Amino acid sequence: MSLGLRRFLGGGAAVGAVLALAPLVLPPYQTILLGYGLVMAIAALGFNLLLGYTGLLSFGHCAYFGGGAYAVALLVKYGRTTSMELFLVAAVAASVLIAVLFGFACVRYTRIFFSILTMALSQVLWSLVFKFFWVTGGSDGLRVPTPSLLGIAVDPRADKTTFLAHRYYYYVLVLFLAAAAAMWLIVNSPFGKALQAIRDNETRAEFVGVEVRRYRWLAFVVSGVFTGLAGALWAPLNGLTTPDILYWQFSGEIVFFTVLGGFRTFTGPIVGAIVFNYLKTYAIGFTTYWQLLLGAVLIVLVLVLPTGIVGTLARVRGRAAVVPTA
Amino acid sequence: MDIFAVHALNALLYASDLFLIAGGLSLIYGVMRIVNLAHGNLYAVGAYVTAWAVGTALAGAPAALLFVLLPVGAVAAAALGAIIEPTLLRPFYRRAEEYQLLVTFGLLLVLDDAMRFVWGPNPLSASVVWEATGSISILGSTYPTYNLIVIVVGLLAAVFLWAFVYRTKFGVVLRATSQNMRMASALGVNVNRVYVQAFVLGCLMAGLGGAIKAPREGAVLGMGVDALILAFVVVVIGGLGSLEGALVGALLVGVVREAGIALFPEIELAVLYLMAVAVLLVRPAGLLSRA
Repeated sequence: MSLGLRRFLGGGAAVGAVLALAPLVLPPYQTILLGYGLVMAIAALGFNLLLGYTGLLSFGHCAYFGGGAYAVALLVKYGRTTSMELFLVAAVAASVLIAVLFGFACVRYTRIFFSILTMALSQVLWSLVFKFFWVTGGSDGLRVPTPSLLGIAVDPRADKTTFLAHRYYYYVLVLFLAAAAAMWLIVNSPFGKALQAIRDNETRAEFVGVEVRRYRWLAFVVSGVFTGLAGALWAPLNGLTTPDILYWQFSGEIVFFTVLGGFRTFTGPIVGAIVFNYLKTYAIGFTTYWQLLLGAVLIVLVLVLPTGIVGTLARVRGRAAVVPTA
Repeated sequence: MDIFAVHALNALLYASDLFLIAGGLSLIYGVMRIVNLAHGNLYAVGAYVTAWAVGTALAGAPAALLFVLLPVGAVAAAALGAIIEPTLLRPFYRRAEEYQLLVTFGLLLVLDDAMRFVWGPNPLSASVVWEATGSISILGSTYPTYNLIVIVVGLLAAVFLWAFVYRTKFGVVLRATSQNMRMASALGVNVNRVYVQAFVLGCLMAGLGGAIKAPREGAVLGMGVDALILAFVVVVIGGLGSLEGALVGALLVGVVREAGIALFPEIELAVLYLMAVAVLLVRPAGLLSRA
């Protein structure tokens, strides 16, 4: 375990150092794009606690991402504040609330029923946001202004791109590293091991004394909070929250990038989220039929590389390591 | 009282639409244990092909001819299903459900854009058929004749499907495969063929639903995804895999939606989703499940 911890800290520090260099060497647009990727990676980390570690496929994680983003937007609208820290608190509160409620219903089921139930519940939220337009702005959404970070207000005349590519990027990066560390501790804790036991064999887990339903519920809430946090960070980056991020197709995207990276590994979802973000951005720029391109990628992926990018790389590396000794 | 009659007919109209989509989804799940997220797209294909044939390719032809041509969309959706099942779905029956959901989600994205590529971003209209049928008077209020035809088509589809599944030899094979695929296979049933037939039948129903929808509301992008979610609500309420359940679910959703539009328009959709949630909590296998 301590070896694992040392490796994780070493790897994390190296990755963090490289990512910290991004604003210095990359043009602002590229840095912002990477920022989006890191935000999605936080969502994927949360999502994968359910899929990879607990064995539950949620098709409704847009509810927490959108819940976090809308908590921020509504706080701006009614609370008249632009403090990023308050945004985060609001998003965590909102996602805990939604996840406790939805999770209570969802964790009674597994497999396909779990997926459909999470999807149906997320659609309830979407339809409410869509219909109560006098509160939520309907399909026009709500504007989210540039926030103040750690109480330091931003000069309104300052260039927003510069802000997003520097100060805000570092803010996101720090939170991303903290989220990755927290998730690593969770999955390696006794709680995380219990979740993996539930995933591998529910009956045996129950027999050795794991309270399966309560553990699943807790995992559901933790997963929702990570995803809600990502939604809160996404809102100022995008400057606008629209009901799109509460629609079930966005849940599909979260599933997509987690599988793209590989849901059987810890780092897979992170890699998948960042790669998917680039893939989607460039596909949109390259053709109006970007959905077709992404859909084809997804089909090929599940047909040929079901273990995702990280899983496949690990296998290739494993094979390469075996060859010389053979 | 006449207002009530119109509302009742609208509820039946909506139920008829929903049954065609949800019945196909449920049939496919019942036989193959696969939830096809691209099912709504097959419904949209039915609408697009019919709208294209009736509204564009043969514009100006006599209305009676166009009317006969309506089911062309259903045939197109069935043909597409006959290609999809053996090529894309067959490799996934032995793998975890997650992968089945993912591959059909990929298919949804591909079909969504493929339709935009073929028919362009603007809606297609087939209203010429709708207009040609005119309207009739029911209890003092006028009602479009075409809507009545849709209700009848929905009812006929339900009756035919019931007869097909419970009164024919193919139906016996279908039910046997659904109950125990390995045993059916051991007894000499060609399971692969049954799967293709079931999938094609499901797609045919979805395509028919789209085809008869086209004259009323045209074919628009995104109609498939929206329809899929409502079809989910229907099959969850009725019981995933049960045809009777799909019928009951469609009627329930039709009535609640019609009442919702009149009485509580803001939360009409939310109420429908919450109905599905409530059923899943009380009877996870649906109202009409035998399990």
